Amino acid sequence: MRLEPKPAPSLGVLFLFPLAAVATTLVLTSILVLAAGASPLSVFYLVARGAAGSQFALLETLTRATPLIFTGLAIAVAFRAKLWNIGAEAQLYMGGVMTVVLGTGALPLPAPILIPILMIAAMLAGALMLLGPAVLKTRFGVDEVVTTLLLNFIVLLFVSMLLEGVLKDPMGLGWPQSQKIIAEAQLPRLIQGKRLHYGFVIAIVAAILVWVITKKTLLGYEMRAVGHNAEGARFVGIPVNRILMKTALLSGGLAALAGFSEVSGLKGNLTLDLSPGYGYTGIVVAMLAMLNPLGVVASAIFVAGIFVGADAMSRAAKVPSYIADVMVATSLLTMVVAILLTRFRIRWK
Amino acid sequence: MTSNPVLRLSGIAKRFGPLRANDGISFELKRGEVIALLGENGAGKTTLMNILFGHYVADEGTVEAFGKQLPPGDPRAALDAGIGMVHQHFTLADNMTVQENIALGTESLWRLKLDRTAARRRITQLSSDFGLAVDPAATVAALSVGERQRVEILKALYRDARILILDEPTAVLTPAETDALFRTLKLLVAKGLSIIFISHKLNEVMAVSDRVLVLRAGKLVGERDTKTTDRKELAALMVGQEVKPAEVRPVRLGAPLLTLERVSTAPHNGAGLDDVSLTLTAGEITGLAGVSGNGQAALAALIAGTRRPTGGRISIAGNDVSDWSPRAALSHGIARIPEDRHAVGTIGDMSVTENVIAERYGSPRFSRMGFLNWTAARRFAEKIIADYDVKCPSPEARIRLLSGGNMQKLILGRALDPDPAVILASQPTRGLDVGAVAYVHRMLLAARDRGAAVLLISEDLEEVLALSDRILVMSQGRLSTPSSRGERSIRELGELMAGHSGENSDHAA
Amino acid sequence: MDALDILLSASFWVAAIRIASPLIFATMGELICERAGVLNLGIEGIMTAGAFAGWFTVYAGGDLWTGIVVAAFVGGLFGLLHAMLTVPLGLSQHVVGIGITLLATSLTYFTYRLLLPEVTSPPKIEPFQPLPIPGLSQIPIVGEALFTQTPLTYLAFLSVAAVAWILYRTPVGLAVRAAGENPSAVEAQGISVTAIRMGAVVAGSALMAIGGAFLTTSAFNSFFFQMINGRGWICIALVVFGSWRPGKALIGAILFAAFDAYQVRLQQISGGVVPYQVFLMMPYALSILALILVARKAAYPKALMIPYQKGER
Repeated sequence: MRLEPKPAPSLGVLFLFPLAAVATTLVLTSILVLAAGASPLSVFYLVARGAAGSQFALLETLTRATPLIFTGLAIAVAFRAKLWNIGAEAQLYMGGVMTVVLGTGALPLPAPILIPILMIAAMLAGALMLLGPAVLKTRFGVDEVVTTLLLNFIVLLFVSMLLEGVLKDPMGLGWPQSQKIIAEAQLPRLIQGKRLHYGFVIAIVAAILVWVITKKTLLGYEMRAVGHNAEGARFVGIPVNRILMKTALLSGGLAALAGFSEVSGLKGNLTLDLSPGYGYTGIVVAMLAMLNPLGVVASAIFVAGIFVGADAMSRAAKVPSYIADVMVATSLLTMVVAILLTRFRIRWK
Repeated sequence: MTSNPVLRLSGIAKRFGPLRANDGISFELKRGEVIALLGENGAGKTTLMNILFGHYVADEGTVEAFGKQLPPGDPRAALDAGIGMVHQHFTLADNMTVQENIALGTESLWRLKLDRTAARRRITQLSSDFGLAVDPAATVAALSVGERQRVEILKALYRDARILILDEPTAVLTPAETDALFRTLKLLVAKGLSIIFISHKLNEVMAVSDRVLVLRAGKLVGERDTKTTDRKELAALMVGQEVKPAEVRPVRLGAPLLTLERVSTAPHNGAGLDDVSLTLTAGEITGLAGVSGNGQAALAALIAGTRRPTGGRISIAGNDVSDWSPRAALSHGIARIPEDRHAVGTIGDMSVTENVIAERYGSPRFSRMGFLNWTAARRFAEKIIADYDVKCPSPEARIRLLSGGNMQKLILGRALDPDPAVILASQPTRGLDVGAVAYVHRMLLAARDRGAAVLLISEDLEEVLALSDRILVMSQGRLSTPSSRGERSIRELGELMAGHSGENSDHAA
Repeated sequence: MDALDILLSASFWVAAIRIASPLIFATMGELICERAGVLNLGIEGIMTAGAFAGWFTVYAGGDLWTGIVVAAFVGGLFGLLHAMLTVPLGLSQHVVGIGITLLATSLTYFTYRLLLPEVTSPPKIEPFQPLPIPGLSQIPIVGEALFTQTPLTYLAFLSVAAVAWILYRTPVGLAVRAAGENPSAVEAQGISVTAIRMGAVVAGSALMAIGGAFLTTSAFNSFFFQMINGRGWICIALVVFGSWRPGKALIGAILFAAFDAYQVRLQQISGGVVPYQVFLMMPYALSILALILVARKAAYPKALMIPYQKGER
C-alpha cells in the first residue's frame, strides 16, 4: 500500500472530507446507541434538539463552547508549530487560580481596569506553565507531550491544595472551593438572566486575532514554517527556539483565558471541577478545525453542542451521556484520516 | 557461459500518476555476465530495480529468475530466488552490529532462538572466500562507507544471491575504493554470480561491464556490447541529444570576499573542521572534492551560518565577523544552495511563494510593522518562476509537488536574485537530470563571471573538475593545499581523498 | 517509626513491588511499541479499558485469568486501531495516541454506565490472592517482598524476562529492533515493516491492558473512574528512563514504585504538617525529573515516530 500526494484540493473537497468524517462518526456511534437499546435516529435527534432546538439550548451550547474556543485556539496555535501542548488543562486551572487570587478583593479596582488585569495575569500564569516544558524541549530535548501531561496532574493537586488551604472559602461549609470573586471581577452576562457571558465575545475576538497573526504576520509565518520543517526554518534564518518559546507563551496564555472566562463569567469562584476536561477536548476541537483559528469557533460550537445535547438526551433516552465523549473521540480519529485523504490518495500496489 | 538467461524482464511498465517511470522494458541477463544499466537521474533505473526486487509492483510485464516467474511485489520471493540488491542508500541499522544486520530476516520469525554461532561462522567464511573483510561484532555506526558497502554485499552473499544488483555503488567511494569494488565484482563473477551494475558514470560502465543497457525517460533506448561501443555513443544514447559541456571562460580574479582563518567546528554529519583556513575570491569557483563525512557538511553548515566555529575567525570582505547565524550570513551577501533540498532547502508543505521569500521575509520589501505583504511576495514569486523557468502549477501550490529539478531552480533563483557576493553550492546537482544539471552549471558559471566567489562542494569528482578554477580536497576535517585547474590528476586527487581516512582500503581482494 | 525505618520494613517492600506490577506490564508494553518505532500515547486509555474489561469479566462470572485474557484482547483491539492509523497511513502518532486514549476511556465509561446503571458505589470482586512461593518466601525482607505476591505480579516479572529474551535472542525481536532503527533495512531483507510494527503495537497494547487489569483484579478489587490516574504517562517516562531496555526499565519501575510507597508512609508519619497533595505530586514530579536527567544521553530508537513509506529512499 502506498500514499501518493494529490495536488492541492479544491475548497469543495476541503469541506467534503470533514463532513464525511462526521458522517462516519455518526454511523459508528449508532452501533453504541443500538447496543444501549435505543434508536439511533431518535437519539441523534434528541442530541440535536438538546444542542440547538430552543433558545435555551442554543445559549447553553454557546456558553459551553466558550472555554472550548480558548483551549481549541491554544492547541491549534501550538500544534501548528508542532509543539504538542497536552497541558492545556493545567494552563486553564492556573488561569482560574490567578483570577481568584487577584479577583477576590486583593485589587479593589473598577471593572474596566480590573478585568483586563485579570486577563493579563491569567495569561501570564498559563504562559509560564507551558514555558517550562518548552524550555525542557529546546534546551534538553525532553519530549513535551509527557511533561505537559504530568504537569496536568501536578497542577490539579496544587489547586486542590490551595482550595483546602490558602484560597479556602471560609463561608463554604467545608467544601473545597474558593471565595467568590468581587462584582467588579465578573464578566457581565450577554443577555439578562441567561448564562451566556462576555467571555464568548472575548473568545471570538481572540479567534480573529489568532487568525490575523497566523495568516498575516511575520510571527505567524515563522510559526508555520517551524511547524512544517524546523530544519528548513533554521536554515533560512528563523530563530526556531525563540519561535517555539513565543508559541508556548501564546498557547499557554490562550488556554489560561479559558480558566479566567469560566471563573469570571460563569462560576464566580474556583473549584476542582472547573474543567471537565476542556484541555483535552480542545485537542479534538483544534483537529476538527484543521488547526484553523476561525474553524475553531465552528468546531468548538459543534463539540459543545454534542455535549450539551447528549446531556439533555440522556435524561430522556437512557443512553449514558458518555456517548458524547465517544462521539468526540471518534470524530478526532475520523478527522485525521479525512485530512490525510484530502492530501494523499491510497494506492494498493 | 550457458545460453539460458538467469534473469529475464519482459515488457515491464510502471506509472506514477501521469509519469511513465518504466515503459515496455525487456532484457536478459546471462550467467556470469556483468550488465551496466546506464541512464541519467530520473531515467527509471532505480524504479526498474525496485520492481525487480519486489519493492514496487509493475503495472505490466513479468520478471523471470532462473526460469521461474517471480511473484510481483514480494522482496522475500526475490531474495529466495537468489536476487540480492545493494541499495544506493544503505539499508543498515547503524546502532546494531554487522552480524545482526546480516542475520536480519534470515531465520524464521517463529523461531525461539537466534543461531548466533552459526551466523558468525558463516559470515567469517564468506568474508574470507570473497575477500570482504569485516568484523561481525562491530557496530555499523563505527564503520567507514567502504566497509558498510562490504556489509551490504555480504548480506546478499549470506542469502546465497546468484544475481547481484548494485545501485550507484561508487557514488560515495574514493577512486581507490572504487577499484577495490571492481576487483570484488570480478571475483564474484569468477564464482558464478551475475551482476547488474546501475550507474550514470560512463567511465565505470566502460570499465566494468560486458554489456550496457541504456535507459532514457523510462524506455530502453539501446543495448550494446561494451567492447564495441564508446563513451560518445553511450552519452548520446543516454541523453538523446548533443550535450554541450559548460563553457568555461578564463578566470578573472577580484578581491578576497570570505576568509576562514584556522577555523574548527564540532562534528556535523561526519567529521568537524580541524584548523581549516580558506579564502574565497571574487570571480573564482573553488571546488571541494572528497568523500562525504570528511567535514564537507560541517564546512557547509559553517558558511551557511547554521553552525558557529569553536575556534578561529571568519572575516567577510576584510571585516571580522563576530555574531554568526544564517541571518548574519545572508546579510553579508552569502547565498546558500543546501545539500538536501527536501529536508533543509525547502519547506515542503508551504507554497512556492512562501518558500521563495523564506530568506527575506522580514525585509522591508515583503513586510511592514510585523505584517507580511503577500502581494509583493506573490509578485516576486512570479518573477523568479519566469526568470528561472520553473515549472509549477501556480505560485500557491505546495512546493513539494515540484520535481527535483524545478525545486532546485527555485532555490537557485531565490539564492541568486539578490546578486550575492559569495555562493555556497552544496551537492547542487544531486539527483537532477542532465538538463537540470547543465542549467545549474550555467548559472554557477554566470555568477562567477559576474564576480561572485563560488564554493562548490560535490561528491561528483567529474563535476568538480569541470567547473572549478581551483580544487581542494577535504579529508578528516582538514583541507589539502589548493591546485589550479588541471594541475592534479584524478589519481592524485583520489589519494588525497583517501589520505588519512584511517581505513586500509587495500584490504579487499 | 522514622523515615529510615520505613525502608527496612518488609511491608514497605511488599507494597513497593505490588505498586510496581502494573507499571511493569505497561512499561514493557510501551517499550515494545517504541522499539519498533511507534510511540503509543494510547497507553492511559488502554490501561483504563483493560482495567474495566478484566474486572467486568470477573464480575460477570468469569474467573480471574479469563479476565486477564479478555483485558489483553481488548488492549490488543485498541492497539490494532492505533496501528492501522499510524503505520500504513502514517498519521501523527501524537494525535492518534491521544485520540485512542480519549476513545478507550470514553468507551469504558460509557460501557460501565450502560452495564451498571444503578450502582452508586463500585461493586467488588474477589481479587487474586497472594501466592507465597514455598522456601523463597522465608528469606527475610526480600523473600517476603518478592515471593509473597499475587500470581499476576510473578507474571509481570516473567514478562520482563520474556520481552528481553524475545527482543535480543529471537529473529522476530531482531526484526522489531531493526524496524525501530532503520525500517528500510527490514524491508530490504524481505520482511514487511508494516507487519512488524503493527504486531508490536498490538502485543504492546495487550500488555498495557493487563497492567490496567492488575489494578482491578489484584491491587484493588473494583473499578472506579480516574483509576489509572496518570500511570500510563509515567510509564512513558519510565521507558525513556530505562533507555528502552527491559532490565533497566524494570529497575526504574521498582525504584519509582518504592518512591511512591515511601511517600505514602512518609505522609502518615509527617502528621499533616505538609499537605498530602505535596506527597501525591511527588511521583509525577519525579517522572519529569527522571526525563530531564536521562534526556541528554537518550539512546532512543532512531526511527521512533517516523512513519515508513515502502519504496521511499
